[in-house]
Parts: sequence; structure tokens; C-alpha cells
Amino acid sequence: MASMRDIKRRKGSIQSTQQITKAMKLVSTVKLQRAKQRAEQSKAYFNCMYETVTSMLAKCGNLNHPYLRAGQSGKKAVIVITSNRGLAGGYNSNVVKLVTKGDFKKDDVSVYAIGKKGKDALQRYGYHIMEENSDIIEEPSYVDAMAISRKLLALYATGEISEIYLAYTRFKNTVVHEPTLLKLLPVAASTDKGAAQDTDSKAMMNFEPEDEEALEMIIPKYVTSLIYGGLVEAVASENGARMQAMDSATSNAEEMIDHLSLMYNRARQGSITQELTEIIAGANAIS
Amino acid sequence: MADENRNFILKIITPDRVFYEEEVSMVEFNTVEGEVGIYKDHIPMTMIIAPGILTITKGEEVKEAALHAGFTEVLPDKVTILAEIVEWPSEIDVDRAEEAKSRAEERIREHAPGTDMNRAELALKRAAARIETVRN
Repeated sequence: MASMRDIKRRKGSIQSTQQITKAMKLVSTVKLQRAKQRAEQSKAYFNCMYETVTSMLAKCGNLNHPYLRAGQSGKKAVIVITSNRGLAGGYNSNVVKLVTKGDFKKDDVSVYAIGKKGKDALQRYGYHIMEENSDIIEEPSYVDAMAISRKLLALYATGEISEIYLAYTRFKNTVVHEPTLLKLLPVAASTDKGAAQDTDSKAMMNFEPEDEEALEMIIPKYVTSLIYGGLVEAVASENGARMQAMDSATSNAEEMIDHLSLMYNRARQGSITQELTEIIAGANAIS
Repeated sequence: MADENRNFILKIITPDRVFYEEEVSMVEFNTVEGEVGIYKDHIPMTMIIAPGILTITKGEEVKEAALHAGFTEVLPDKVTILAEIVEWPSEIDVDRAEEAKSRAEERIREHAPGTDMNRAELALKRAAARIETVRN
């Protein structure tokens, strides 16, 4: 059995670790509240954007516009949104898995990383990292999303890349975060029945300028808004995941401390009993 | 027809917030096809916004804002503007706008190779819209 001193030392170190995890949990809880609020505020914009684009596509889905067709080069750009810091449970590795376990061929993929962790992991796996913009995940702004989408759309227009994907973590609610792989371009002209019905009311929609031109202008905005939405939701998910990870770390520490306290008390009791026995035996021997 | 029936709902949404949501009687702004003013019962229409001044008329009250990019969806009783950038006059930094304006003008004048003329022109329009919004 470990000595009393060893147990006490071990307990002390776990206690200080617990303090750290507890503090991290509190910090990410606060950050989560803020990120969640932002994600919710921006939701109205995306829902509206999504509705408009689907209704446009429902109306003029047969157009032969480049944004609706895959290019020829077969190259795929993947925007991978992860965090800059670890200690968030499976948050980062789940997103990375989307890319490594998905049906991408390693040579076809060029990664546009947002977040250090994802970039490091994919680099280790041997993926080609085109660009890294890890700073913007700290405070995502719409302008950042615009810069990224402008760059990718330019490459898409020249045919250098033929498909654009977005790998991020969808923030469903505080405890459920889904790693999601989203195809940004070419836009899939969905023949989903539910979506078609929803858009019936807008079937009479006119466009100014004409359909094709309007599509040309709206799709970049659509892509930008999806990227921005991905960023905002990823931040919320990151903090949610970290909060959960730290919460379970704290309760695990609690459990270990309880166990060690029990061991410590047993050892203490044992040593007292032993001491008493020794004293009594000594007294008996004298008399 | 009674006056209040001539109102419709105007909703302006940006990626960060709901910028404005109220019943109004008229809204005017710039589109890529030119200036438009919208009353109630407009035919359903989707339009792309060009940089300019957004004027909201609500009865006697008139409000202005600088609207730079986005698109709008017009329905007979509701207008939704999805704005990428929109600002109230109080939020505009005039000095910065003036600076941006002269910078853009210079770029257009020099017309150096490699300059994205469309972007420079858009920047100029944005700056001009900002300045005009504040002046009014």
C-alpha cells in the first residue's frame, strides 16, 4: 500500500488540476453564451438566404450556369474549420475525420485551414495545405468570410478547383454538436419535395436583373454567408465541446479525489492501529 | 383606403443582427438596375442592391441609412432586405469614408495594371454613399 505521504501528494496534484479544469469550464461557459447569442442572431440571415436561393433554384434550376455544374479539373477545395486550442474533447478530431474518412482522394484535395489544430492534423496525414487563416476563428467577422469566399470563387471561376466543401461543426444546441461536411459549390439543385413545397408561395417571384445574372450575383453572397455561418457556429460548438470536456474532467477529478481520500483515511487509521498495538505490546512486555 | 393599410413590414437583416423591423409606408434604395421606391402591394421581386442611400418612410418620419451590398426580396406585404453591410448615419466614420474615397479615386485615376477596377469603383461608391448619408 502506498504511504500516507504519497497519497496526500497525489491528491494535492489532482486537486490543483481540478481547479484548472474548473476554471476552464467557467471560461468556456461564458464564451459559449456569447458565441451562442451570435450564432442565433445570425441565423435569421442564413435562413432567409437559404430560402431565397432554394426558391431561385427551384425556379431556374435548369440553367446551365457554372455555379451549378462541377468543373473539369476534379480538384476539390475543403475549408476546414477547427479551433486553435485543444482540450475540447473530440471536437477537432471529429472535423478532421470528416476529411480523412470521407471519399476524398488525398491528391485532389487542397485544404484551406481555419484553426491550427485541424491544419496540424491534416498536415500530419499528408494533405496539401493551401492556406491557413487561423487567426480569424478567434473573432470571426463577415469581412473575413468575404475574403475567403472571394478567393475561392476566383479559383472556381478559372477552373482551378471544381468543387468547394466546408467542414465544420454544426451547433445544434448546447450539448449536441454535429461535425458536418457541406458542399458549397456547385450548388446542388435540390429536388427535395419539402423544399419545393415551401417555395411554392414564392413561385411567382420575379428577378431583376434576369435569372441568370441575379444568380451570378447572389451565389457568391450565398457562399459567403455559409462560410460565415460555419465560422460562427464552429466557435459556439468549440466552446460547447470544451465546456463538456472540462465538466467531465472536473467530475473525474472529483471521483479520484474521493477515492484517494478513502485510501488516505484507511492508511491513517491503519497506522494509528499499528501504533496502538505496538504501544500495548510494549506495555505488556514491561509488566 | 385608410392610411394604416398602406403600410407593409420592412425587415432588414445583416449577418450579425436584425438591423430594422417595423411597419413602414415606403422604402427607397439603389439596385444594380437603378433607384427604386417600393410601396405596399409591389409584385414579388428579388433585386440586387447597389451601394447607395436607404430611405425609410414611416408616416411623417423619414430615416436614412447607408446600404452597401446585399439583395432584397419584395413580397406584396413584406420586404426583406438581406444586407451584407448597412449603417445608420451615427455609425459612420466620416473621416474614414473620406479617406477611402480619395484612395479609391486615386486608384481609378492611376489605373495601374493589376488593379481590380470593379472593386475600386465599388469602394468609391460605398464611400460616397456613406458621406452622403451623413451630410443629409
